[in-house]
Amino acid sequence: MAMTPQERTVLVELLTQLADDELIIGHRDSEWLGLAPHLEEDIAFSSIAQDEVGHANAFFGLLEALGEGKADDLAFLRPAAERKNAVLLERPNGTGTYLVDPHFDWGYAVARRLAYDLFDAVRLDVLAGSSYVPLARLAVKIRREEKYHLLHHVLWLKRLALGTDESRARLADGIQKAWGDVGGLFAMGRVTPGDIFPATGADLLERWTAELKPLFESVQVAWPQAPVVQPVAGPDGRRGRHTPELDALLETMGEVYRMAPGAAW
Amino acid sequence: MVAGAVTEAVLWAALGDVKDPEIPSVSIVEMGLVVRVVLDAGRTLIELTPTFVGCPALDIIRRQVADRVAEAGAEDVAVKFVFDPPWTSERITPAGREKLKRFGIAPPLPPVGGSLITLDEVPACPYCGSGDTHLENLFGPTACRTICYCDACRQPFEAMKTV
Repeated sequence: MAMTPQERTVLVELLTQLADDELIIGHRDSEWLGLAPHLEEDIAFSSIAQDEVGHANAFFGLLEALGEGKADDLAFLRPAAERKNAVLLERPNGTGTYLVDPHFDWGYAVARRLAYDLFDAVRLDVLAGSSYVPLARLAVKIRREEKYHLLHHVLWLKRLALGTDESRARLADGIQKAWGDVGGLFAMGRVTPGDIFPATGADLLERWTAELKPLFESVQVAWPQAPVVQPVAGPDGRRGRHTPELDALLETMGEVYRMAPGAAW
Repeated sequence: MVAGAVTEAVLWAALGDVKDPEIPSVSIVEMGLVVRVVLDAGRTLIELTPTFVGCPALDIIRRQVADRVAEAGAEDVAVKFVFDPPWTSERITPAGREKLKRFGIAPPLPPVGGSLITLDEVPACPYCGSGDTHLENLFGPTACRTICYCDACRQPFEAMKTV
């Protein structure tokens, strides 16, 4: 079945959002190695990061198959203005950097991860019904893996919410901090609903809220205000409008790749 | 090698020699990775379905498969990773499950339905067989494994994720 030019535009845009979301959050996850609350968590975040970068690689591979460029170049060489990840995923884990004076925020990490994992689960359900068969098949496969990320962060939500006064306060701060960007996940940019992606951002938000709200209530975490999906001004990752924090991340992430462009990886 | 001596059955047998790089007692056939072996007009196609999309062992497996089938007499070999069918833990053969257990890894439990956030059950201890076990970490040394603990024999053990 041939695609119309409009469907192709939607597909390329969608694959770019998927690949960038997974690559950028995967990079942020990898920064927790050695800095997570305990050894098991170092292992968990490394494993999750490895999954996410693997998924990004598979989505970039689909772009490469469509003639959009080499997967590694798409991953490492595109400037921030061409990136379509949600802004929530590019935010740093805290102040300082991985190497210098890192004060990372675990409450924020759990809140961001939980919001994203559930969004991703809802989005993968839609992707499994895409008319673009290679994407639908990949989504079915990835959904089986992402389940464990979501479970892990649900466990952490419960642990922090049912823990001490301090853990509850830090979780609440993290949710507050993440919430301003959460709406940006559901902004779909140039992905219009159709056979390639049979849902709207509003559909995704409705399903996401239906899962997350009862979960928050079950552990007595106050439900924040409804996320703002379409910011009138300010950053919107789906439109390529990012924060300077993404520039810094891309600088670090692509450093080795740019150093030896011809190297075989 | 005499032309025509290589058959698909010969190649399946050869693939039984390729071990999972991270679980060296179990072959990729027993792990359920091999989907299709096709001999067609002198060309050989091996289709594999990866356990996890981001598994870093995939390139090693691809190379070992290509080398092993070439050694068995196959020519013009292509090794492809496919997602159809998706790998699930149900694809591990009974022999593979037994070998996992002997390696100290509890084989995966059958999948259960449930909501997005339903935790799987924790499998029995691969060492003593007790069901008195609990989950320590959903993530382990590789993407496909979790870390559990046996409260009966007081031994930590790994388990294959149900996917």
